[in-house]
Amino acid sequence: MADLRSEFIGIKSPNPFWLASAPPTDKEYNVRRAFEAGWGGVVWKTLGSEGPPVVNVNGPRYGAIYGADRRLLGLNNIELITDRPLQTNLREIKAVKRDYPDRALIVSLMVPCDEESWKAILPLVEETGADGVELNFGCPHGMAERGMGSAVGQVPEYIEMVTRWCKQYTRMPVIVKLTPNITDIRRPAEAAKRGGADAVSLINTINSITSVDLDDFAPEPTIDGKGTHGGYCGPAVKPIALNMVAEIARSSETAGLPISGIGGVTTWRDAAEFMALGAGNVQVCTAAMTYGFKVVQEMISGLSDYMDRKGFASTSDLVGRAVPNVTDWQYLNLNYVTKAEINQDDCIKCGRCYAACEDTSHQAIAMSEDRVFTVKDEECVACNLCIDVCPVDCITMRKLDKGEVDPRTGRTVGDYANWTTHPNNPSANAAE
Amino acid sequence: MSNSQLTEGIVPGRLDPESYCTNFADHAPPLGAQEARIAADRCYFCHDAPCMEACPTSIDVPLFIRQISTGTPEAAARTIFEQNILGGMCARVCPTETLCEGACVRMDAEGEPVEIGALQRYATDTLMARQNHPFARASRTGKSVAVIGAGPAGLACAHRLAMKGHEVTIYDARAKPGGLNEYGIASYKAPGGFAQAEVAWLAQIGGITFVENWQLGRAGDGALSDLMADHDAVFLGVGLSGVNALRLDGEDKEGIRPATEFIAELRQASDLAKLPIGRDVVVIGGGMTAVDAAVQAKLLGALNVSLVYRRSRAEMPASTVEQEHALTHGVTIIENAAPIAIHGNGAVREIEFAYTRKGAEGLEMTDTGFRLKADQVFKAIGQTLGDTPPQVEVAGGKIKVDGAGRTSAERVWAGGDCTHAGEDLTVTAVAQGRDAAEDIHNFLMEG
Ligand SMILES: Cc1cc2nc3c(=O)[nH]c(=O)nc-3n(C[C@H](O)[C@H](O)[C@H](O)COP(=O)(O)OP(=O)(O)OC[C@H]3O[C@@H](n4cnc5c(N)ncnc54)[C@H](O)[C@@H]3O)c2cc1C
Ligand SMILES: Cc1cc2nc3c(=O)[nH]c(=O)nc-3n(C[C@H](O)[C@H](O)[C@H](O)COP(=O)(O)O)c2cc1C
Ligand code: SF4
Ligand code: SF4
Ligand code: SF4
Repeated sequence: MADLRSEFIGIKSPNPFWLASAPPTDKEYNVRRAFEAGWGGVVWKTLGSEGPPVVNVNGPRYGAIYGADRRLLGLNNIELITDRPLQTNLREIKAVKRDYPDRALIVSLMVPCDEESWKAILPLVEETGADGVELNFGCPHGMAERGMGSAVGQVPEYIEMVTRWCKQYTRMPVIVKLTPNITDIRRPAEAAKRGGADAVSLINTINSITSVDLDDFAPEPTIDGKGTHGGYCGPAVKPIALNMVAEIARSSETAGLPISGIGGVTTWRDAAEFMALGAGNVQVCTAAMTYGFKVVQEMISGLSDYMDRKGFASTSDLVGRAVPNVTDWQYLNLNYVTKAEINQDDCIKCGRCYAACEDTSHQAIAMSEDRVFTVKDEECVACNLCIDVCPVDCITMRKLDKGEVDPRTGRTVGDYANWTTHPNNPSANAAE
Repeated sequence: MSNSQLTEGIVPGRLDPESYCTNFADHAPPLGAQEARIAADRCYFCHDAPCMEACPTSIDVPLFIRQISTGTPEAAARTIFEQNILGGMCARVCPTETLCEGACVRMDAEGEPVEIGALQRYATDTLMARQNHPFARASRTGKSVAVIGAGPAGLACAHRLAMKGHEVTIYDARAKPGGLNEYGIASYKAPGGFAQAEVAWLAQIGGITFVENWQLGRAGDGALSDLMADHDAVFLGVGLSGVNALRLDGEDKEGIRPATEFIAELRQASDLAKLPIGRDVVVIGGGMTAVDAAVQAKLLGALNVSLVYRRSRAEMPASTVEQEHALTHGVTIIENAAPIAIHGNGAVREIEFAYTRKGAEGLEMTDTGFRLKADQVFKAIGQTLGDTPPQVEVAGGKIKVDGAGRTSAERVWAGGDCTHAGEDLTVTAVAQGRDAAEDIHNFLMEG
């Protein structure tokens, strides 16, 4: 059993799996049960300023996207920050932290974008004994209309300003939670860094409409005949989140800035991928909301087995390991040539690879009278589509060795060479 | 009633009344919407799908399953009915393990095919429940066609012709239309009067007149020449109305009868508790009919049911699924044995078998054998063509047809079990009736 203990910006937790700020962390009852189930930490559901709490809609607040067998692939929500009184939350946070000193307990905050509001709330949180705060600059609906959440997260200057206030008014570590609803994730991350943030966490939810009711002609979830865009999360957003995490991890401006990875983490593998791309830990919301708190147990055993297999002594051996291999397209090796190969023993002859390649790609798969499917090396560009559509995963890519001739181009495979020196590139550096 | 499973002889009411209901209930209950969605999700939407190739009516299986998975089962049903207007019955009775599901690529992948038959039933049931017909009839052509036999072949032919605007008259010797759908198929495969409901639904296309109790060639009814005078074309879908004999002394003893007769009686019984059944039943044969007779005898309360086949189990025309169906219902299957004598005074008491072996000239009897106690014996060793009009050439015991279903007689087509083409299955009969209709239509519109 590998050592999963994690230390993120000085905050210790028994494992790198935290629950993200969301309904699973909205109250003491939930958080205690989450800790009992094994979660390493939680980011408490976002608190607002003192005063009458926000109200939520009283109709449906989620929309969903399904895969086969109604497996939930994407969830969207129009929920706001906590709708419970500030004092209730603070009291509960204090009680939980006292009983679970070994777990990480971060408090998410969202108050109006003025210094007074932030100055007022930070000491109240500090008093609970919480380990840190997370600034919710991400919520894309409702709160953004009131100048908070993603309305702040979309303006790097505001991020920097608010972060600076927070660093000024508290000794707690400050995590800035970023919205993905921007064009370049590096800008808000840089702003957070300039403001003195200890870490960034990302992604918050993505602006979305999951579906439209085709009888009532309104977006879903539908509230009395109307709908609004909500925040998208769950397995479907993982690719977007992974890219954003990698962009920050590999940017020279933000290199070294700790990252808490969020977005679609559902299994140990997802978590390992985020960590390999530079996340020091991960936060989870939808997987817990879909399957309950117990899912963390698979994440723990899976990551542990993987680390044992790899001989990693601690999670820090994994964190960032894939970052050097994230590069720009122009640096990819154009002399890396592969060909698809179908394992005939495992092929079930469904013909999906054929349909995909023949109809939409490179006409590189042949189909015989008796349904034997074979790759035509002289046509195969190695695009991978056949592998992606094969239901039994029986196609692999064979790498051509240096010196072999690619039957498609007739060219001999040579050493590494990329676009920057390619003859077709008008701005190529003079090739050696 | 005082009879039980132990009562000797052929008697009714061996079981308590509820048992008849449970025994003869739908043996493969329909999928619910949720089950259908999960089952549909398993289809890979194959290119040039092998299942479609394996379906005698070439239903576009991947398309209809996709239509189910997107929540449009009625569109799925239309895809099915376009190819096979008896898609509802076929969904219930097709031996899918040897047809579409046997060819499903998931058999290769994990040995569990997509449940095509059950999905087909889900789609067709959904549409048929609305009781309106999905097709419209083309404008009238003024042509008229006689269809003889209201079985799957005749019905499919009639529907296609009516849809194309022709007037169709279906003549059938029986009191009810449907052919073996009504008189032959095991009752637990299509319970609830489905065969009649399907005929009524199919007839909603319009332009089809049913004439019952009319037998071709019977004095007072009519001959082929009479039909030719009244109609522009004739389709023969008369199935197989005779049965092969055992050719043993004593075959006429009480208690011995064709399995098809027993099944027809069972299908028409209004109260199964009143249907007599033997205590020790022996079924001779190895096809679908033999299995159905054996299983239904068991379900009626027979104590011992043996199915005896002269060759090995692997050679049985009944599929492995059907054989297992018999075995799980408590039928004993005895292979490589043929009947050689019938014993009993007046009524059958025992039947004597010899074991067989493969010899140079085919099957040979060995000297060893056994006797089975039997108060009832069902013969299921094959059906034969009944009388056919002299103008129509018969070869090898079946009506000779070309690829389009044309017989040797001018303006006469044939399809289904009465022809030599294809397996004797409901779905094959439908395909042949449909294809003949297309050819008849072309013929009529050219001429
Ligand atoms: C017991 C049994 C079980 C079966 N189970 C299955 C099964 O589970 N699945 C499957 O796919 N297939 C099954 N079959 C086979 C299937 O029923 C037949 O292949 C199919 O019904 C053939 O259709 P048809 O239209 O050619 O003939 P039939 O269904 O036999 O219809 C012929 C019709 O013609 C009428 N007719 C005959 N002669 C005349 C005449 N001279 N004048 C007027 N009318 C006449 C008959 O009354 C009958 O209505 C089974 C068959 C039997 C006997
Ligand atoms: C119903 C719901 C409410 C949420 N509320 C908050 C919130 O109050 N504060 C916050 O920072 N993020 C909130 N989120 C976003 C999650 O914390 C998380 O960033 C997002 O769901 C992506 O992670 P996931 O794919 O594991 O769900 C909410 C998400 C959901 C589904
Ligand atoms: S997609 Fe895969 S299983 Fe299907 S034919 Fe192609 S290689 Fe075979
Ligand atoms: S008609 Fe029969 S063989 Fe054809 S697809 Fe349907 S169930 Fe399968
Ligand atoms: S062979 Fe099986 S998986 Fe492929 S289309 Fe047919 S039912 Fe679907």
